Amino acid sequence: MTAADAAAGAGDLRYDRAREGVTVLGIYLASIAVALVVAALVLLATGGSPTSVLSALLDGSVRGPGRWGTTIGVGIPLLLVALGTIINARAGLVNLGQEGQLFLGAALGTYVATHIGTGGPGVLFLIMLAGVAGGAVWAGIAAVLRYQRRMPEVLTTLLLVFVAAQAVGYGLKNKNLLLDPTPDQANRNLISERLRPDTRLPRLDWFGNEFPMTAFIALALAILVTLVLRWTVVGFRLQMLGRGPRTAHRAGVSEARYGGLALVVSGAFCGLAGAFMLAGGDFGNYRLTPNYPVNIGWEGLLVALVARDHPLVVIPVAFIFAALRTGSGFLAATGVDRDITKVVQALLVLALLVPPAILFVRDRRRALAAAADRV
Amino acid sequence: MTSPAAELQGVTKRFGAVVACDDVDLTLNRGEIHGILGENGAGKSTLMKVLIGLVLPDAGSIRIDGEPQRIGDPAQAAELGIGMVHQHFSLVEPLTVWENVILGERVRLDAAAARRRLGEISERYGLAIDPDERVSDLSAGLRQRLEIIKCLRRDPAIVILDEPTSVLTPGESEQLFEVLRRVVEREHKAVALVSHKLDEVLAATDRITIMRAGAVVDRRDTAEADAPGLARAMVGRPVSLRSAGAALGYIEALESDPAVADPAVEASPEVSESQSVLQIRGAVARGRDGRTLLDGLSLEVRPGEIVGVAGVEGNGQAALSDLLSSLLRLESGTVRVRDAAPLPGRPGAMAAAGVAVVPADRHESGCVLDMTVAENLTLVSPPRARTGRALLDRAGRAVLDRAGRRAHAERLIQQFGIQTPGADAPMWSLSGGNQQRVVLARELSGDPAVLVAAQPTRGLDVGAIEYVSARLREAAAAGVGVLLISTELEEVLDLADRIVVIFRGRIVGEMDRADLDVERLGLLMSGAQEAAS
Repeated sequence: MTAADAAAGAGDLRYDRAREGVTVLGIYLASIAVALVVAALVLLATGGSPTSVLSALLDGSVRGPGRWGTTIGVGIPLLLVALGTIINARAGLVNLGQEGQLFLGAALGTYVATHIGTGGPGVLFLIMLAGVAGGAVWAGIAAVLRYQRRMPEVLTTLLLVFVAAQAVGYGLKNKNLLLDPTPDQANRNLISERLRPDTRLPRLDWFGNEFPMTAFIALALAILVTLVLRWTVVGFRLQMLGRGPRTAHRAGVSEARYGGLALVVSGAFCGLAGAFMLAGGDFGNYRLTPNYPVNIGWEGLLVALVARDHPLVVIPVAFIFAALRTGSGFLAATGVDRDITKVVQALLVLALLVPPAILFVRDRRRALAAAADRV
Repeated sequence: MTSPAAELQGVTKRFGAVVACDDVDLTLNRGEIHGILGENGAGKSTLMKVLIGLVLPDAGSIRIDGEPQRIGDPAQAAELGIGMVHQHFSLVEPLTVWENVILGERVRLDAAAARRRLGEISERYGLAIDPDERVSDLSAGLRQRLEIIKCLRRDPAIVILDEPTSVLTPGESEQLFEVLRRVVEREHKAVALVSHKLDEVLAATDRITIMRAGAVVDRRDTAEADAPGLARAMVGRPVSLRSAGAALGYIEALESDPAVADPAVEASPEVSESQSVLQIRGAVARGRDGRTLLDGLSLEVRPGEIVGVAGVEGNGQAALSDLLSSLLRLESGTVRVRDAAPLPGRPGAMAAAGVAVVPADRHESGCVLDMTVAENLTLVSPPRARTGRALLDRAGRAVLDRAGRRAHAERLIQQFGIQTPGADAPMWSLSGGNQQRVVLARELSGDPAVLVAAQPTRGLDVGAIEYVSARLREAAAAGVGVLLISTELEEVLDLADRIVVIFRGRIVGEMDRADLDVERLGLLMSGAQEAAS
């Protein structure tokens, strides 16, 4: 091969990347356009006004006073859950248990916060640590089952979500565990004591938008995950495991060690998200309740999916999902039926999910074709 | 004279930028075996897939018995009397022979009639087989016999065989050609034999069409053809049958002159003195389904020698390669590499002990298609210690040495002549031959004690095959113990100093290259001499 050929080849590669970017953008725009049109048609057919719904969504998420802060507050746990999911996905594993790992993290955080009896930064740190431990242990169970007993983590993580709900539910019935022991709360079952003010996360106020300072921790973690995956030996090995498990095994990457690590770290991120929710104030008013995770775990999974497992792309995607959530709070005021607004919301989420699916199928086909060509 | 059984005219098929078939004409006559000869990737299989309806051509016409036809799928091809025996078996292993034969037929299940029909076909073509045997218990030769019966039971006028001998012993291949001869002479069928092996095309066909890079480059009557001429047409340049004999499947050249077969042979007395670099003793392994993969396999490789493991596919070659790739645990037995005893199955153990592997399926355990060329050139860097080092590489670093990796990659790309748009190009964008060079470059750059090469030339063109062979010889000359696992007997004969035969998970015989006896080798491969050895 001559140098000129090589240069031409490199040029092709750059050209391909540019074209790839245009393709991806085009698919997203087309998908969102279709969703908006369908949503508008649904609204018109049921007597609603598409413009007022759109306006309400924007008011609720970014336009209304202080709504940026609310949206950021919701975006923090989504971002963390998605980051954990990405680490896991890069190692070739499928974690579907974010909701449960998050719940357990929040529960363990609550236990620590309500049993220590004092407050301060040290206790706050312990609450975070408890959250991490809760999520990590819950995912760790799936890791042990996967690598000791060959049980698929897809199933175990998912089923552990329901076990987590039951376990925390039990805790919320028991005064020694999570249930609020104060007498005037006794008639209101299944709710934990409120976190003392000095165990809550500090909240910032920027231009009238209030949000917990953990937003910056979450952003820093997104950058950290990017760096680890791209620049470190362990990141390289995790991805080698995900993309070629047998090649990785031969090269000395132990599936149990690295795969288990990925699962546990993934759970730890979810647990931390739970602790952030608890001590952040945007969810449940500093109290643990049944159904506390309110689908943040499932949605974080979707965020990772939409971001196509890229830890920096996750930042805007998490914000968009959070905006859909906070914006929908204002939809009731438009007078459109609740069921219809849910359909509209689902259409918008679907619009974000369809392109990654299309791209995934395309890449798979291309890889299969390449493999078939070259055996 | 009646019109030919099949006539393809101007058939063109493109896959993206690749032209698999370029304006190809082919005529198959009744009562003739027509050899379609060409290297891997010459377009032979695509052409046959057009005829059987698996690939729709971009241009060109097909006439069957003089009638223009458009063949859209294999069912339509079957109606037109075209049957194909594919290179890879499509049999259901847990079912019996007769069940496999009637599988896919849309008639009421009648076991007695099916068995009777099977018996008739067996007798008619001399294809003896027990209808009640389970397919999983059949040898590769018998499985192929079953595939041929499946094809013949519809009584096709045109029979296509795609690389039929790749899983057969030499004896079984000869039997196959006898059957084909019978089919052609007695029943006046047209047979197309697709092959990249010179000697079988010369021995078994009446007429030869030679393809290269998607086009027909020559047509000959077999009676007037000779090996050097065919080889030149096939490769497009004069080739030495001596050096490329293995690649072209020309066993005669290899058989005739063992003394100069390999310069390393002369060094063998010295070689045999030294201590072995690889020693496997009594290896027993079972698959997850309980099937025995290795059944007391023992072998030894000394530094500087090439040991060829010959055998019919499916006799434990994959397990042997997996064992040396740390992918297989042993129930009993030991592996020693130099003075170390790496634990079979522990991640990276074999690589750390100095075993390099070029696996048969490089996509499965040789490289990672979704990573870059540079990353693939540095995959193997086992952790330095057993525990507590999960975050560090061999040099004790936690952060990737990307600059070092790039320099290393660029050096290897140049040294091994890897054609790639750059070190950061994705692995999947490389051709098969270049992917194989990447694997070879990485494995050899680790300064191994043992090099395991499993089917190292499968699917490569002649140039790439010659290159790989030369590299294996070079490695041996540099003192590496080379274990060549191949089902292509030609390849083993070409490269090996010593040949061992693998059958049902154990080594059943051994011979030095100098004492070559192809007939005995064939018997060993079929298990016939197991007791004698």
